Amino acid sequence: MSRSQTLNELKVAFPSLSENESLARLIVSGFVSGLNPMIDELSDVKTAVSEAVTNCIVHGYRNTVGTIKMHLRILEGNELYIRISDKGCGIENIERAMEPLFTSAPDEDRAGLGFTVMESFMDKLSVRSKNGNGTTVTMRKKLESRVK
Amino acid sequence: MKILFDNKNRCLVCLSGEIDHHNASAIRMKIDVAIDSHCPGEVYIDFSGVSFMDSSGIGLVMGRYRILREYGASLFVANCKGSIRKVMQLSGMNRLAKFVDGDFENEFLNSRKGETVNEQVANVK
Repeated sequence: MSRSQTLNELKVAFPSLSENESLARLIVSGFVSGLNPMIDELSDVKTAVSEAVTNCIVHGYRNTVGTIKMHLRILEGNELYIRISDKGCGIENIERAMEPLFTSAPDEDRAGLGFTVMESFMDKLSVRSKNGNGTTVTMRKKLESRVK
Repeated sequence: MKILFDNKNRCLVCLSGEIDHHNASAIRMKIDVAIDSHCPGEVYIDFSGVSFMDSSGIGLVMGRYRILREYGASLFVANCKGSIRKVMQLSGMNRLAKFVDGDFENEFLNSRKGETVNEQVANVK
């Protein structure tokens, strides 16, 4: 991914408890509020973050609790950069994991659409994972700035 | 969250607030208990009070669709607007469930009101 100048940034780390899914959404909402995003852009970003954090909790740290790191940046040109990473079990087959409707937890009513949502709601998505050594999801989205 | 039944044993589930992985399992359990105890012929899941939903909401609807198929019942997804609709559209659920709009809570409450009055009349007699 190309380098752009960072105008603002925030790094947070929190345990992989499911109540922190809503916390992560609140944090990203607060962080981008300075850019005055449109309502639908804000819900796209919140939804993508919710999916990424849920993946860490449900898959990365399955049956255990670990640390989720979220790194947010506002880049030149009103671009939001989000990196969410865990040190969990990793993804064995990223291509398969990214297929729509694929889930490793069908009994829990997981739709298997987490990556599909991230891909559709953000401009760019990249997933890096090592079996046994965690997963890092990086997303970018250009936000339309409204006239203040 | 509210679960109502009308006088035709149709079930209306009014969801509210945020639907994510954290709270989906509690919602799921309540709906499944209602389905299992009443065996409704039609279930409406109403999203008009939902402020946020991620793919956990899709999983919730897909799972209920599978269960209702076993009961021979139909699923209706009601009042999916804005960002909720956008998430739901990714799922292809529109091929499995009917998407409808309307004030179902009022419709259901009114139908029960009528029934209660009739029952009262019958009791008096």
